Amino acid sequence: MSVSSAPRRTPLHALHSKAGAKLVDFHGWELPLQFSGIIKEHQAVRAACGIFDVSHMGQAAIEGPQALELLGRIFSNDAARLAPGQAHYTHMLNEKGGVIDDVILSRLAPERFFVVLNASNAEGDLAWIGSHARGMNLRIVDRREGFGMVAVQGPAAAKTLACLLPGCGDLARFGAREERLYGHDVLLTRTGYTGEDGFEVAAPEPILSRLWENLEAAGASYGLLPCGLGARDTLRLEAGLLLHGSDVDPEHTPLEAGYPWVVRLGARDFVGKAALERQKKEGVSRRLLGVKLAERGVPRPGGGVRAGGRLLGTLTSATFSPTLQTGIGMAYLPPDVEPGAALEVDVHGRAAAAQACALPFYRRKPT
Amino acid sequence: MNVKPEACRYAQSHEWVSLDGASAVVGISDHAQKEITDVVFVDLPKPGRKVTKGEAVAVVESVKAAFDIYAPVSGEIEAANAALAGNPALVNQAPHGDGWLFKIKPSDPKEADALMSFSDYEKFLKSAAH
Repeated sequence: MSVSSAPRRTPLHALHSKAGAKLVDFHGWELPLQFSGIIKEHQAVRAACGIFDVSHMGQAAIEGPQALELLGRIFSNDAARLAPGQAHYTHMLNEKGGVIDDVILSRLAPERFFVVLNASNAEGDLAWIGSHARGMNLRIVDRREGFGMVAVQGPAAAKTLACLLPGCGDLARFGAREERLYGHDVLLTRTGYTGEDGFEVAAPEPILSRLWENLEAAGASYGLLPCGLGARDTLRLEAGLLLHGSDVDPEHTPLEAGYPWVVRLGARDFVGKAALERQKKEGVSRRLLGVKLAERGVPRPGGGVRAGGRLLGTLTSATFSPTLQTGIGMAYLPPDVEPGAALEVDVHGRAAAAQACALPFYRRKPT
Repeated sequence: MNVKPEACRYAQSHEWVSLDGASAVVGISDHAQKEITDVVFVDLPKPGRKVTKGEAVAVVESVKAAFDIYAPVSGEIEAANAALAGNPALVNQAPHGDGWLFKIKPSDPKEADALMSFSDYEKFLKSAAH
């Protein structure tokens, strides 16, 4: 595929325009930044329900007798631990243990897997996966064209989606299964990027608009709002979820990012394993921590994080937290900086008092 | 407080000015509040501060970014809108009303004449220049 200057549009673009969404360029995609307002949308997801067009995400099916062998080799989490009907969060690593991409991998049947890739990485990911699959008995189906995905997130997500997919509430957290919707096959997973209960529905293009409009109608009485990238970012940052390219990248390992549980060392060999074993033994020289402002102001990505004036790191992500009503961010800091440590953050030309804290900033109450 | 957008003068940086006797009330335009998105903090100048036209005197922070607000005329800050500390969203809800930012006592009342009229500002918004 060639790089074009014209922004790519999702199958739901016309609906977003009609709804008056404020559209922005996101890695070459024209996507809604907001519909009714970032804070309003954020609060709808925390209190009720929000729907997100995440059709820009890459999708691929990996199927065949050697699919598991391939996935075991290229992912840090152990795909063999997935029973059919389960999904998990996992990292694709380079030889240095750096994160090429962070993805959700679903196992639909013993030899059938499905992976959701970050939009900006999908091209490179598929090339990487293809290069490791050479000579293996399997096939990789690129589903970036002709398919889309809608996320339904929030405490009212299950009852909203049940209007379209009755029984979706039975699906366990990180469960994955195929369903029929409007005469088409869709993939349903109980996953998300908001810190709330929720689902993601990967569906073919012809039924996406109908899916979106029917979700809006089904959730209207619960307070459902269509949500844009703005709320998606504040929600995921409060929940301590990583944004690839900002919080984690090929220069940082999952151990440095504070995600040791996505690394299953075990007996299996995988790309990056040796580097991670070494890092585990020697200890990390930096780790991703939360930073919370102790005074007014909104920190921004790239802002310096200091202690006693000495620069320790820079904010990889940062925003205003609608839930905490304060500025929050993440930064790679030396390992001797403990949660609770007093810091300063560069905020619009001044040093604002802040505190290091463990992630996440927000954890939903158990239901 | 409410001022008619049509009666205000506008800076290219999207502040509006409404002359009220010897004072100039300053806020940001409806177009600007929409571009800025949800305002979460406003830093305002202290009364008594001398400001020069074009000087960054306030900061409006939204979820997405921080925006400098420039003095549209020179003079002395007379008042700042204290209501914004507790309810910064007023800037979005009523940019020409309770979301006003500060008042300046202009050193040269004629300086505001150099700013755009409402119709010129509307033309300016439509042009690709802004």
